Amino acid sequence: MPVERALPTEEAVALLELTRELAAGEVAPHAAAMEERGDFPREVFCTLGEAGLLGLPYAEEYGGGVQPYEVYLQVLEELAAAWLAVGLGVSVHTLACFPLAAYGSAQQRTRWLPEMLAGNLLGAYCLSEAGSGSDAAALRTRAVRQGEDYVVNGSKAWVTHGGEADFYNLMVRTSEDGPRGISTLLAPADTPGLTPQPPERKMGMRSSPTASIALDDARVPVGRRLGEEGQGFSIALAALDGGRLGIAACAVGVAQAALDAASAYARERRQFGHAIVEYQGISFLLADMATGIEAARALYLAAARRRDAGLEYAPQAAMAKLFATDTAMRVTTDAVQVFGGYGYTRDYPVERYMREAKVLQIVEGTNQVQRLVIGRSLTKP
Amino acid sequence: MKIVVCVKQVPDTWAEKRLAPADSTVDRESVDGVINELDEYAIEEALRIKESAGGADSTVTVLTMGPEKATESIRKALSMGADAAVHLLDDALHGSDALQTSYALAQALGTLEWDLVVLGSESTDARMSVLPAMLAERLGVSQLTFARKVEVAGSNGSTTVRIERLTEAGYDVIEGSTPAVISVVEKINEPRYPSFKGIMAAKKKPLTTLTIADAGIESGGVGLAAASTAVTGFTEAPPRSAGTIVNDEGEGGRKLAEFLAAKKFV
Ligand SMILES: Cc1cc2nc3c(=O)[nH]c(=O)nc-3n(C[C@H](O)[C@H](O)[C@H](O)COP(=O)(O)OP(=O)(O)OC[C@H]3O[C@@H](n4cnc5c(N)ncnc54)[C@H](O)[C@@H]3O)c2cc1C
Repeated sequence: MPVERALPTEEAVALLELTRELAAGEVAPHAAAMEERGDFPREVFCTLGEAGLLGLPYAEEYGGGVQPYEVYLQVLEELAAAWLAVGLGVSVHTLACFPLAAYGSAQQRTRWLPEMLAGNLLGAYCLSEAGSGSDAAALRTRAVRQGEDYVVNGSKAWVTHGGEADFYNLMVRTSEDGPRGISTLLAPADTPGLTPQPPERKMGMRSSPTASIALDDARVPVGRRLGEEGQGFSIALAALDGGRLGIAACAVGVAQAALDAASAYARERRQFGHAIVEYQGISFLLADMATGIEAARALYLAAARRRDAGLEYAPQAAMAKLFATDTAMRVTTDAVQVFGGYGYTRDYPVERYMREAKVLQIVEGTNQVQRLVIGRSLTKP
Repeated sequence: MKIVVCVKQVPDTWAEKRLAPADSTVDRESVDGVINELDEYAIEEALRIKESAGGADSTVTVLTMGPEKATESIRKALSMGADAAVHLLDDALHGSDALQTSYALAQALGTLEWDLVVLGSESTDARMSVLPAMLAERLGVSQLTFARKVEVAGSNGSTTVRIERLTEAGYDVIEGSTPAVISVVEKINEPRYPSFKGIMAAKKKPLTTLTIADAGIESGGVGLAAASTAVTGFTEAPPRSAGTIVNDEGEGGRKLAEFLAAKKFV
């Protein structure tokens, strides 16, 4: 059963219809087999790009879809329900377009943004390093200016689409001034000295490559710096505020897929002469799962509407990310429970959902870090 | 190159279809309507022919005969990339059979400018596969049906269309000159998805509605009362009996093979 959505425009209704058609026809059918093999579905991203789904919340003059976050996020939710590697990939790509779209000069935007929003070029966002995850401002990859270039040395870690992306947003240190000593460079994948390492061997979401990027005297022209020197950390955080909403939407998608699978199974599976859904022990479990999902969806949409209205939304985005991903973890774990022993096998999709949900509690700020963000917003003078 | 694609809206292929008790025609109101699947291949082929022909005067126009509701399918065809649409919409057309439909479409085509008419080779509701041939005959033009491949060559008035016609044994190569009617089979291509921008643009594309009078269709020549075929009765298919469940306890494969052999499937 498709989720019934209250959408703001007729345009949004048509967009969600198209998304569901693509999710059912082009995304979901490949998920199980490609996850098993750990293959990256580049063709799926090409198809989504042609359909116009890789630049939804951006301006029309650069080929964007001019959609509010309220609508864009629901597209993500549908894609993630079909296959998280794709939903999260679209979220990361959209996030990777943000520094250029929001902080690039008019000239930089005209030059690079259309190809990115059309999905001809796939994006990556490189903030984390091996030694700096939650404490991202402690990053050490260094960029030294030499004439018209920055010469970059160091290593970025955990880069989604590492090795597959066509452009990398590099957060690099340009001075010792802590968070104010960081700058953002938009480096093309063929930059000499920029070398993706073999992908991490992950517990789930194996079709979404995560890799370190070694930077060895990599030369990036000064003209590829986005924003001012020293502005990089605030650019990175601003991108993450929107990104966290994307993660929340993906979490709701995975949870919804798990609930759909569990309720269908509970109607079919019979024990002691009855369908197991007739036992309150199961139906109350399903009821709690459904309630959590509704609440999580409402929370991310409320935060999105704040963003669309131009209000401050960073604490709300952190709350949505925290609540939605914790909900997804609980819901997917319970979905495995509803399936019993069958749920623990790879013959059914719920164990995959459970492995997928876990990563959402970690990426784009662990859920502890979300609490830090929320806590700080309460004690701000 | 001016191309017209005939597009029919049919009841959703997966939905349970019914005949209306009153007049034994397909009940189109109670189920979702979708574009007849093969017509999506026809639209795709028309778009490809247009794209390779190039030129600003190359167009694809969608022609649909059907009730009000068929507008949804017309919009979808436009969102895939067709340039304009004509909707032949008149209560008098209700219940028309294949002969009458081919007459009505031929008349509607008479109001348009075209070099090629492209159709799906059959519709999923009626499954007769006769309309493209009837239409070519009525129009007096080349008939190139069941195409699994289409090549259009030449220009300046003399255009040759060569197709590979799917046959039981393989395929025949058939050639004709424009104007021509082509029908396509599903092997021919992979229909594109509409794009989000295409959906937006479709709202602004021209959609003309024709009544039978506009198309010069005689009211006595169409509709249920004048149809040359009639449904004299129908019964619902019996509900499916419970299937056989084979529990695999090591010999499931053998049991399946026995079942298939008993039913003479193998
Ligand atoms: C699949 C995947 C994809 C990723 N994609 C990207 C990407 O595209 N780009 C990118 O830049 N990064 C990416 N990351 C990195 C991700 O953002 C980090 O893993 C995350 O920020 C946590 O950092 P860490 O792994 O170094 O953990 P640490 O920061 O070492 O944290 C370890 C534990 O300590 C807790 N902790 C840390 N500090 C505090 C504190 N002050 N108070 C309480 N608890 C604390 C954390 O919550 C966590 O539980 C990705 C990670 C994964 C797994």
